[in-house]
Formats: sequence, C-alpha cells, structure tokens
Amino acid sequence: MQCPKCHAPMHTYNRSGVQIEQCSGCRGIFLDYGELESLTRLEAQWQQQAPPPPPAAQSYPAAPAPAWGAPHGGHHGHHGHYRKKGFGRMLFSS
Amino acid sequence: MTASAAPGASAPAASASVVPLLAGVAQSVAHAPDRARSRRQPCHACRQAAHVLAERDDGTVVRHDTVVAKAHAPDTDPDAHRTRLAVAAHPRLAGVLLPPLPATGPLLHGRPVSAWPYGLPVDPGDPDAAPWEQAAALLARLHRIAAADLPGLPGPLPAMRGPAKAALAVARMEGAAAAHPAADAVRRAWLRLPAWARGEAPPPLGGSLCHGDLHLGQLVRHPVPQGRWLLIDVDDLGLGDPAWDLARPAAWYAAGLLPPYVWRRFLGAYRSAQGPAVPAGASADPWPRLDVPARALTVQTAALALAKAAAEHREPDEVEQLVLDACVRIAALPPELACDPAP
Repeated sequence: MQCPKCHAPMHTYNRSGVQIEQCSGCRGIFLDYGELESLTRLEAQWQQQAPPPPPAAQSYPAAPAPAWGAPHGGHHGHHGHYRKKGFGRMLFSS
Repeated sequence: MTASAAPGASAPAASASVVPLLAGVAQSVAHAPDRARSRRQPCHACRQAAHVLAERDDGTVVRHDTVVAKAHAPDTDPDAHRTRLAVAAHPRLAGVLLPPLPATGPLLHGRPVSAWPYGLPVDPGDPDAAPWEQAAALLARLHRIAAADLPGLPGPLPAMRGPAKAALAVARMEGAAAAHPAADAVRRAWLRLPAWARGEAPPPLGGSLCHGDLHLGQLVRHPVPQGRWLLIDVDDLGLGDPAWDLARPAAWYAAGLLPPYVWRRFLGAYRSAQGPAVPAGASADPWPRLDVPARALTVQTAALALAKAAAEHREPDEVEQLVLDACVRIAALPPELACDPAP
C-alpha cells in the first residue's frame, strides 16, 4: 500500500489487536474503518487503569522520534511497559 | 557494573574461585589503616559470608563493608585498564566518576582487580525515582572533557568500547540463538549499520570522553546514603561519539518502552548541562545524531535478549519482543532511510 500523501510505501503494524498502516516516508498513519473507534476504546480502558501522568507532561509537544520508532498511540505515548519487571531488568543491564 | 556481553560463557568454576580471593582484597582495603580509623563500630561484614554484588563473565564484584573489589574481564587490556582507572581517579573527573581506592595486588586468575568505595545504587523497584536528570548532567560533564584536560595519564586514552560491545552481543546471539526466527531481523538491522557502529572502523565523531555502557546500574550515591550521584564502571570508557552514551535511553524510547516524558527529562537535562552530543536548543531534532547509535543499541539489546532467552530455554518476554520489533522495523526501512553507507 502506498501513502496517499507522499506515495512512499506504508507498513502495517499490529498494536493491541488494531492494524494500523504507517508511511515509511512522512510517518503519517492510515486507519481502516472502525480502527479509530478501537483505538479510542483502548485509550479509554488504558486511562481507567493507569495513574494520571505527571501534570507537566501534557503541556509539552510530542518529542521527535526516529523513522523506525514504535508507533505511539497519540501524544501520551504508550508507557504500559515502564513498570513491568522485564523492563526493570533491561534498565539495569548492559 | 557491566553485564555479560562476551560471546559464550566463561567457566563458572573459575568465577566462583575468584569470589573468596576478591572478598579478601575488599576486606584488606576496608581495614587499611586510613579507612579503619574512621570506623566507629565493629565490622559486621567480617562475620558474614562474602557479599557478591555481581558475578558475570566480564566482571565479578564483592563488597566488604564500605569497600567493593572488582575482578575485571579476563581479556582486559592491561594498559587501557590502567589508563581508565587513572581517568576515574583524575581530579578533573571529581564529581562525575567514582574514584577508585588504592589497591595493589596480583592478577586473580589473570584478571585485573580494582577497589572502590561502596556507593548506593538506584532502587530497581522504583524506576520513577531513577535519577535521569542527574545521569544526563553527569554525561554532559564527561563529554565536555577533552583529552588535553587530563594530563598525567599513564597512557593514551583508549577507544570507547560501545561499538565493540554491540559486536560481541551479536556474536553471542549467533552462538546461542542463530536459528531463532527473530534472529534474522536482528542480523539484517545490524548489517545496515555503518562499519564504525559495528566496531569495524574508527568513529567519525570520536573526540569525546564517553562512558561507553550507560544504564541505571551505572549510577551510585556516594557517600552513602545521601551523597551525590556518580557514574561507576570505567571498563568501556574512552574516546568516541558521545551520542553513544545517550543511545540506550534513546533506543528504549524509540522501542516504545521509555515513556516520552522520561525521555524528555533526560534529553532536556543533557542539553541544560551543555552536553555536546546533540544540537543545542529544545526545538532542534536530536535524531540525526542519535539515529545510528540508537539503532546499534537496539540491535545489541535485541541480540542479548535472544541469547539470554535461549540460555534460559524460554521465548523472549513482552518487553524483549518490543526491542525485537524495533529491529524488524529497522531491517524494513526503505533504502532512503538507511543510515550512511558503510565506508
């Protein structure tokens, strides 16, 4: 599939069961019918579970990321892994 | 302290026999007259078994009271090691690197030994309390030191070992998990890196003093418990591209592991301390400088994850999978988003 905006190839990612296509050129994201609703639903579930982010965090613009970066679900990012044990180990080892 | 990045495993028996010898070194340094004078209480450590803080192929660390002794990797270059210890002891690095204690002694099983004051590490159970800003400011100060600022070293500054460690991680994956289905993307992401990032050529930006292996286990408070944060473990320290020291947090952020607000805190503190690895100014994009080192650290982390998972007879966990996913995306980048071609 090609990006409708810049015509670079788009790559498909699966995030929490939602298929999204991201352009390898302009990093734009294409959502199929119903996918926006799925993401909104997942975000609502996430916000119910997660503690509120620090108040300062939301006033910043999104940080730049590399072309190969994980597709973040909106400007809040996806930090469900931060407190997982596996990441704790990774933070402390070479 | 460094975790294992050496291909294959050294014999555990040799490592085990180092522990009592190392405990003896730590005890004798802890009870040296100038340290013993400051002791107000009897030494509890003398009545307990050796306290092993780390035991890996490339470093065994034993604590005795206020002192830790470290047996470095068996393949340590003795000249480079001596220079790295002298850097840690240099007055110009005061407040940045934990200085070593004087320790003379023979090699233990061919491994150099060093002694250090015990410092309080970051609490692994509380990542929110991790000193991200302090780590960034310490790196900025380290990176601003030039070789000319360090007169009196016993030898020339060695190269920072970051790219060499990434190559060792890939070699370890090839030895332990080459046939794993995820290894192919790690391999392809690795081969797309320029030669310098694979440790096969000098770095184009190699003029800064770098730590070489930054992670949260490389910070301690000294004096215990409320002293300032300092960097420890100079085994990989040397001249190199300073962006390498930011690349592990950058890779975690890019893989979707490190929350954006933590990454912003870290990067912002580095810039506030005039760190030279990325362009100054909050609006300047750091990724043109971070991209290659962060890809290399992504590959290194993924390769070690596959090797460790294979050694433990398990599949990669959810966190490791995110780093493997990042390798898939790097391997699939179109040619125009590849990094500079290998010279």
